[in-house]
Amino acid sequence: MKKTLATLALGAVMAAAPAMAEITMSALSYRTGPYAANGIPFADGYADYFTLLNERDGGVGGEKINLVECETGYNTEKGVECYESTKGEGVLVYQPLSTGITYQLIPKATADGIPIHSMGYGRTSAKNGAVFPWVFNYPANYWDGASHAITHIAEQEGGDLTGKKVALVYHNSAYGKEPIRTLEKLAEKHGYELSLLPVDHPGQEQKSQWLQIRRDRPDYVIMWGWGVMNQVAIQEAVNIRFPMDKFIGIWWSGSENDVLPAGDGANGYKALTFHNLGKDYPVYADLQTHVVDKGMAAGAGDQLGTALYNRGMYAAMLAAEAIKTAQEMSGETAITPAQMRDGMENLEITEAKMEALGLPGFGPEFKVSCENHGGDGYGAVAQWDAAAGTWSLITDYYQSDQEVIGPLVEEDSAAFAAEAGIEAGCM
Amino acid sequence: MLYREAGDFKTSYADDNQTFPIRFDRWRYYAVLVIAFGIVPFIINDYWVSAVFLPFLIYAIAAIGLNILTGYCGQVSLGTGGFMAVGAYACYKLMTAFPDINIFFHVILAGGVTAGVGILFGLPSLRIKGFYLAVATLAAQFFLVWLFNRVPWFYNNSASGQISAPERTVFGIEVTGANTEAWASYLFCLVFVVILAWLARNLTRGTVGRKWMAIRDMDIAAEIIGVNPLTAKLSAFAVSSFFIGIAGALFFAVYLGAVEVGEVFGINKSFLVLFMVIIGGLGSIFGSFAGAAFLVLLPVLLKNILVGTLGWPTDLAAHLEFMIVGALIIIFLIAEPHGLAQLWRVAKEKLRLWPFPH
Repeated sequence: MKKTLATLALGAVMAAAPAMAEITMSALSYRTGPYAANGIPFADGYADYFTLLNERDGGVGGEKINLVECETGYNTEKGVECYESTKGEGVLVYQPLSTGITYQLIPKATADGIPIHSMGYGRTSAKNGAVFPWVFNYPANYWDGASHAITHIAEQEGGDLTGKKVALVYHNSAYGKEPIRTLEKLAEKHGYELSLLPVDHPGQEQKSQWLQIRRDRPDYVIMWGWGVMNQVAIQEAVNIRFPMDKFIGIWWSGSENDVLPAGDGANGYKALTFHNLGKDYPVYADLQTHVVDKGMAAGAGDQLGTALYNRGMYAAMLAAEAIKTAQEMSGETAITPAQMRDGMENLEITEAKMEALGLPGFGPEFKVSCENHGGDGYGAVAQWDAAAGTWSLITDYYQSDQEVIGPLVEEDSAAFAAEAGIEAGCM
Repeated sequence: MLYREAGDFKTSYADDNQTFPIRFDRWRYYAVLVIAFGIVPFIINDYWVSAVFLPFLIYAIAAIGLNILTGYCGQVSLGTGGFMAVGAYACYKLMTAFPDINIFFHVILAGGVTAGVGILFGLPSLRIKGFYLAVATLAAQFFLVWLFNRVPWFYNNSASGQISAPERTVFGIEVTGANTEAWASYLFCLVFVVILAWLARNLTRGTVGRKWMAIRDMDIAAEIIGVNPLTAKLSAFAVSSFFIGIAGALFFAVYLGAVEVGEVFGINKSFLVLFMVIIGGLGSIFGSFAGAAFLVLLPVLLKNILVGTLGWPTDLAAHLEFMIVGALIIIFLIAEPHGLAQLWRVAKEKLRLWPFPH
């Protein structure tokens, strides 16, 4: 049985080898499973942007982009299978969209020499490019997010947080635990009281956590949720009549899918973001003519303009810009993963660039360097308007508390370097 | 014609009791070993190891472990995921605390630790049976996962709560960590599979195994003829957990390299291994392999055919995969409630008579 299956599978793999395009990108997406509601818009945005580049510009620098999609279901085992099955095709950069899979791929991709871009997720201390040469997490990371939330709360409270109670409702996994250390450090600095409320995967059961919130009455609740957990948390918050403008989610807890089920009750819910929202951008006109009207939109094509679609598109845009940078640096159009890494390390996003791409003011300006793979940590707060059904930014982009985060990144990456026996240094 | 006892004379008790009484089976067995040790390591690449061979081998160990408990001793367990987590975390703690000791021993010790935990959670089996025991082991599953998430000591206080396998070598060759060669991790797991399968086979046909089966078939009768239920049941829990612990340790250290307990060792894992045992065949070592192969290889094969060859959208393929695997499970269980192992047995019976069935 084993043999016959193996032979069959071998045949399938042989037949599967696609026509080699010059530039291959991968999307480890998840359109199934408990996190599909959030995985689908991101994957659609990512795919559509590359389709747009292929259709409108003939690819990047004249090279068509071949996007290989692989379904992970947010499952680490399938993530490994996806990585191994696509890495042979010369994929330039991996974007796993899962902190668990990112952790797993960091050593593997480093050994194989393929860059990873974990945009706003993954291992935060990968910001230190001297220790993690192949991993990038610009433009912002979870520790930035934690700081953004606290800064925003401090603003609301007139600058003084002493004696205030802040609760963190988090996905009980590597992802949800990321902000804890930062929030603890910030608590020392600002004098608020932090309570931690873990929610187990997949997060459909949160009655006890919200009962505790109802009893303890924290002044603010911060949430690190994903997938179905977000919807349930917001619904529960509505149920206990928690004031929505004091409920702040990380950027992964701020999509339309998360707030719509709670209806009007979710009005005023806040979420962080590191890019702009809505579809009021020239690039959407191009997407409509070159992708949607031609019937080439990914998935069902109904996600355009949602928060996570924009984020997927933003990720694709940053990848495309890194490819351009790499092409300029190497003088070749068909770049290798190693050249891609150099391109990412020298990526610079300016307002002029974004405007030229039809995305004026879409994200913060930043510049990547060897010492800083994580951008400058700019983010903003968005608020949900249930009547209009839209997210809108209520603050400008502001920087996270580098005074607190800088030493934390230094400490954690040094610990990793010691554990893994890495000599820190720029490539 | 080839597959028959005739002409294969047994002249000693040892011969008479051998695992493969038919010559053809013996040769087939040796041939599989030669291929697995002598040929496969030279031709496999990263994809085959990570997507096919490692999960198959490791799940086979876990399935054998659960089969000992459920198939041979009749004690239903839903705690497999939790016990695999014990193996993984024990291995992690040992690897980081004693970096100079060979990883081989760490894996075995991790199995030993899991055996101890298994005995502890096996104690209720002395008083409760069947579905009630299943619920008690379910408690073990949830408790253990919660424990490893809750107590930072288990993950060495890392910020994310993830455990990552450091690089370790056997005879100077890396078997864990990112720079491991495909063949090295394959052979490392294969050695464990062969030793453990051999051990399981010999345990189950000796005194210990007969006691387990007596308890399974009718515990009161077994007690009357002198089988001590305490030692029989707890030894089944210990041996089963030992196997499952080793599977968990390999799963973490060799296969995944980084693990998050809730996601990797959740209740789904317990069900998956239980399904392997049921589909493969309760009370059969071969069945454990067949069940593991069925549930590991089939999804990968379907994915490669649907997405790779036919070029279907990945989400459609993923949904279809669930439906096809689910339908096949139902069809198999209706056609042969005793699992793939029974199909294999029937096939062998037919082969013996072939080509003259009357």
